[in-house]
Amino acid sequence: MSTSADRSAGLAALYQERILDHYRHPRHKGVLERATGVHGEKNPLCGDDITVSVLQRDGVVIDARYTGIGCSIMQAAASMLMELVRGRTREEIDLLSRRFDEMLASGEPEEALGELGALAGVAGFPARHKCAKLPWRALLGAIEHRNNG
Amino acid sequence: MSFAPRSDFPLLAAQPSLFYLDSAATSQKPRVVLDAIRNYYETANANPHRGAYRLSGAATEEYHGARREIARFLGAADADTLIFTRGTTESMNLLATAWGKQHVHRGDRVVVTRLEHHANFVPWQQLARDVGAEFRICELTPDGHVDMDQLRLLVTANTKVVAFGHVSNALGTINDVREIVHIAHAIGAVAFCDGAQGAPHLRVGFDALDVDAYAFSGHKMLGPMGIGGVIAKRALLEATHPYQFGGDMIEFVFDGDTTWNALPHKFEAGTPNVEGAVGLAAAVRYLDGLGMDAVRAHEVALTGYALEQLAAIDGLQVYGPAGAESRSGVVSFTLGDIHPHDLSTMLDVDGVCVRAGHHCAQPLMRALHVAATVRASFYVYNTTTDVDALVASLQKAKARFYAHA
Repeated sequence: MSTSADRSAGLAALYQERILDHYRHPRHKGVLERATGVHGEKNPLCGDDITVSVLQRDGVVIDARYTGIGCSIMQAAASMLMELVRGRTREEIDLLSRRFDEMLASGEPEEALGELGALAGVAGFPARHKCAKLPWRALLGAIEHRNNG
Repeated sequence: MSFAPRSDFPLLAAQPSLFYLDSAATSQKPRVVLDAIRNYYETANANPHRGAYRLSGAATEEYHGARREIARFLGAADADTLIFTRGTTESMNLLATAWGKQHVHRGDRVVVTRLEHHANFVPWQQLARDVGAEFRICELTPDGHVDMDQLRLLVTANTKVVAFGHVSNALGTINDVREIVHIAHAIGAVAFCDGAQGAPHLRVGFDALDVDAYAFSGHKMLGPMGIGGVIAKRALLEATHPYQFGGDMIEFVFDGDTTWNALPHKFEAGTPNVEGAVGLAAAVRYLDGLGMDAVRAHEVALTGYALEQLAAIDGLQVYGPAGAESRSGVVSFTLGDIHPHDLSTMLDVDGVCVRAGHHCAQPLMRALHVAATVRASFYVYNTTTDVDALVASLQKAKARFYAHA
């Protein structure tokens, strides 16, 4: 993104309505009482802090919730992610996680990621990749926690 | 309100649409500093103190000449009590490790303030843990000043050291160094000052302050990265064991023991950072050319203008002291419920460079009940144009963020 018009367009993509809507009206926020796994992740640099709890049965994520504080990118990514992974198997989620990383590298929206595809604009802001990935790390940790348990 | 010409700073001159408002993190460098470093390598480079040949003598003279200039700039008559380090962080670690382990014992008390940068907080916290001393934090008044009444109560007879910042990097608060030193000395404690944010902006006058040690970082005062130092009272340095061992700092090495070289060498083990010292000397000459009183006046005017302009933005909250007179060129703020990192990304697109985060002051952020703030900080090359760009960009960011709310 070299020109100032490009940068401005990049910003419009980053802070588009759908992302800010998830930030202001998060879906699936909370704690699962009967969670099979819970995992927290922090970014000490900016104070982002997220904990994901998941309920798995027969290798499928039945439900996932998150609590936390942080920037709009992290919060929107968390909200969209919780929606995406319900009803998915561990293998499907691993694949989606790789797709998400690819999307942040390429900047091309990925259809399989559903609403999370809206975060393709984060690609142009390398300093913010961590924010978008933090919920993934918490989710994968929560899933792992169950497997380890 | 042009003060130090932008054309003196190659990076700023090359990027006219960059609005650099992060000098509290590191300053830009004037050409004279870059030239001095280059000139040193082209005319005088050798390992100081090592060779009997003339070139090594020239390097030695460059190094100690730089020390004399920087000591004079900071108001210390005894230049050999200026120890070069990598910067304030290493200086505070030197004090906490070398002086601290030797002089602070179980049952003693160590006092810091809520304003401290981690570099002047964690070394003392860890020292206290290691030796079994009490670690106490002096809280702030609602307007972001050190609560001097509480400090007087905290500094008890068993207090060995009060470690405090000259100027807060997060809020810009200017502390009353003389009064804090007075409180410490009244019960026989030493007072160590973290001057990372003081030396670049205020006339220091080390000898007059009567502070026991004053640490600073070159890169925040127009000098290169990797050089800084600590000035301390001669008696304190002479009564303190060295904390790093190696070349230069020894006098005689016997098979079973070693004697130490005189100050400043005793605390400067290994080949020194001559290019850094030479670059920093050029930086203080540049600052002297501007005049530190004029530097301060420029910052008060610019900070006052910024506080006024920022106050006009609805939903913007400024942290720290109310007026420009009691703070340095640092303004920390939040805007509505926009996360500071979102805000700094939006400002960056307009070429406005600000810091967002906890500013290496997590204990302070907890007391303010914020996870992070945005910080704009000013220096000699900043003008009202930079402030105007910041304000315009903040208005745009606000419009974008709340467009659909």
